[in-house]
Amino acid sequence: MSILEAKQLTISYGADPIIENLNLTIPKGEITVLIGSNGCGKSTLLRTLARLLKSNSGTVLLDGEEIAKLPTKEISRRMSILPQGPTAPEGLTVNQLVRQGRYPHQTWLKQWSREDERMVELALASTHLTELADRPVDALSGGQRQRAWIAMTLAQGTETLLLDEPTTYLDMTHQIDILDLLFELNEREGRTIVMVLHDLNLACRYAHHIVAVHNKSIYAEGKPEDIITRDLVRNVFQMECDIAVDPLFGTPTCIPHGRGRKLHETQQRYTQMA
Amino acid sequence: MRKMLTYRNKKDTVSIQVERKSVMVIAVCVLLFLVAGVVGTSLGSDFISPLDVLRTIFGLNAGEHDFVVLTLRLPRVLLSLLVGAALGMSGALLQGIIRNPLASPDVIGITGGAAVAAVGFVTLLGGAVSIKLLPLFAVMGAMVTAFIIYILAWKKGVSPIRLVLIGIGVSVITGAGTTFMLILSPFYTASQAYIWLTGSIYGATWTDIRTILPVIIIVLPLAMWFGRSLNAQEFGDDLATGLGVTVQWHRSALLLCSVLLAGIAVSVAGTIGFVGLIAPHIARKLVGRMFGSLLLVSGFVGALLVCTADLIARTAFLPLDIPAGVFTAGIGAPFFLYLLFKNRNHY
Repeated sequence: MSILEAKQLTISYGADPIIENLNLTIPKGEITVLIGSNGCGKSTLLRTLARLLKSNSGTVLLDGEEIAKLPTKEISRRMSILPQGPTAPEGLTVNQLVRQGRYPHQTWLKQWSREDERMVELALASTHLTELADRPVDALSGGQRQRAWIAMTLAQGTETLLLDEPTTYLDMTHQIDILDLLFELNEREGRTIVMVLHDLNLACRYAHHIVAVHNKSIYAEGKPEDIITRDLVRNVFQMECDIAVDPLFGTPTCIPHGRGRKLHETQQRYTQMA
Repeated sequence: MRKMLTYRNKKDTVSIQVERKSVMVIAVCVLLFLVAGVVGTSLGSDFISPLDVLRTIFGLNAGEHDFVVLTLRLPRVLLSLLVGAALGMSGALLQGIIRNPLASPDVIGITGGAAVAAVGFVTLLGGAVSIKLLPLFAVMGAMVTAFIIYILAWKKGVSPIRLVLIGIGVSVITGAGTTFMLILSPFYTASQAYIWLTGSIYGATWTDIRTILPVIIIVLPLAMWFGRSLNAQEFGDDLATGLGVTVQWHRSALLLCSVLLAGIAVSVAGTIGFVGLIAPHIARKLVGRMFGSLLLVSGFVGALLVCTADLIARTAFLPLDIPAGVFTAGIGAPFFLYLLFKNRNHY
C-alpha cells in the first residue's frame, strides 16, 4: 500500500498551469526520485506533496486522507520536508537545530520528553554528527550542514521524508555522502524517501523508482533500468546521449553527446581493458 | 554541551528543559528590577534612603515621605519599568516574526501609528473629549497602522521582507502626519505634544500604571504560547510549515501581541525610541536564541534601559527634567547604524 498519492493534481502560478491533471503514487518504503529539466515543475510537485503549496485542483492523499483537511501539525508527525537550500540563523548550534525537529511532538506541558531526547541523539548518531553537536551550524562545511538539516528532519521521526535537491551546491564527495546516508536510512529503517535530484546518473543509482516530469505531467515512471532510454532523455531533457551500464553498479548511466575533447587512442585502451 | 535543567514526570507526559544560564540570567534580572525600583525611587532632587523608601511603600514610615515616594516617584519609576518591558518584548516578538535584527516597533511604523493617533487626539479633539481616552486612541492607532501594513504586505500570506519594506514606508507617512498636525495646532498644544512625542514619563500617575499593567499581564502568556513556534519560524516559512507550524496564524497572533505592547507603551509614555530595537539584542547576547527566555529577558532589559534613561533624564540636569526618549535615542540611533553597518553584507 502506498502512503502518499496525488490525484488529478493541477498547480499553477498565475494563469499558466505548471502541473496539469497529474496522478502519482509514491511506493511505500522505497526511494523515489523526481527528475526533469529545469523549470519542469518537479520541485513544485514535491512542494505540493509536502503541502507547502496549495494545488488549484485535485488532491494529495496521505495514508488515504486528504492532506488539505489534516491539521498541519498532524501531517508533520507523519511526513517531513527539507526544502532547497535551508539557512540556519547565525550562531545556532547543531544540537539546537536538530532539537527543533521535535516541535510537532511537543506541547506546552510536554516540552522536552525522554522520547524527544532519544530521537535527537539517534538523529545525531545516524548522521555522524554527535561529535559536532555543539558547533554552530554556520561553522560547518556544506556537506556537514546538509547532514545537520537531514538530522533535524530525522528527529521528526516521520515515516516519509521529502527532500528538494538535497545535493545542490555540494561537491561530489559530499553528494555521495548525503545520498549514501539517505540510502542507509531507507535500507535500515524502511523509510519512504522522495527527492528531487539533478544528476540523472546518481538518480539511477540510488532510486528504486524514478518519476520523469515533463510537459506538465509525468512522462514515464518506473525502475530506472526499465525506463531510462535514449528516447526518454531526448524527450525530457532535449539532449542526445548514449545509455551505458554503470561498471560498478549495473545501473543505467547516461553519456551525453555534445562536444568535448576526443582521445580516440585512450578510449580504445579503456575498451580493451573492459 | 550547555548545562540544562530538566524536569520530567515518571510517565513522560510532563517535561520542561531550560538552560541553566537562562535561569540565572532571569534571576539576576528580577533582582536588578527590584533594585532599580527602590534605588530609582530614592534618587531625585532630594535623596531618600532606600530603607526609607521600602518603609514608606509598606506603610511603616508614618507618612513622612508619602507624597514624594508614593505620588511623585514610585509611579514614575514603576511606569518606566513597565513601559520598557512592554517595548522590549514588543521588539523581541517583532524581530522573531520578521526574522530581521533591524526590526522594531518604531522602525516599521507601529509606534508612529500610535503617535499620529495620539497627537491627532490632542490637537483635533483636545479639550472636547476626556484625556483619559488617549491610551485607547494610541493603541487603536497602532493597531490600525499594523493592520494597514499587514494588508499592504499580504500576497498569499505575508512575507517578512514585504512587512519590513511596507512598514518603513508607512512609518514615514505617519511621521509626516504627526508633523502636519503639530503645525496645525496652537503653540501650547504643539509643545505639549512635542514633549510627549520625544517620550517622557514626566507626570506619571497610578492611572498610567493601571492602564499598562493589565495589558502586559494578558499579552505575556499569549506571546509565550504562540512564541514557542518562533524558533521554528526562524528557519523560514517552508521549514516551519514542515515542522507543523500554522505560520500565517501564528504570525498574525504574534504581530497582534507586539502591536498591543508597543501601542500601550506609547500611549502612556510617548515614543521612547529604540528600546524595542536594542533590548532584544542585549537579551540575545545574554541567553541566546531560545524564545521563551529571550522574550522574558528582553522585557527585563527594556525595563532597566528605560528606568535608567529616565533616572538620568530627571537627575543629571536638575532642575531640568529632560524626556527619557532623548537618552534612549542617544544610545539607540548609533546602535542602529552599527547594526546596519554590521549587516551590510546580508541584504
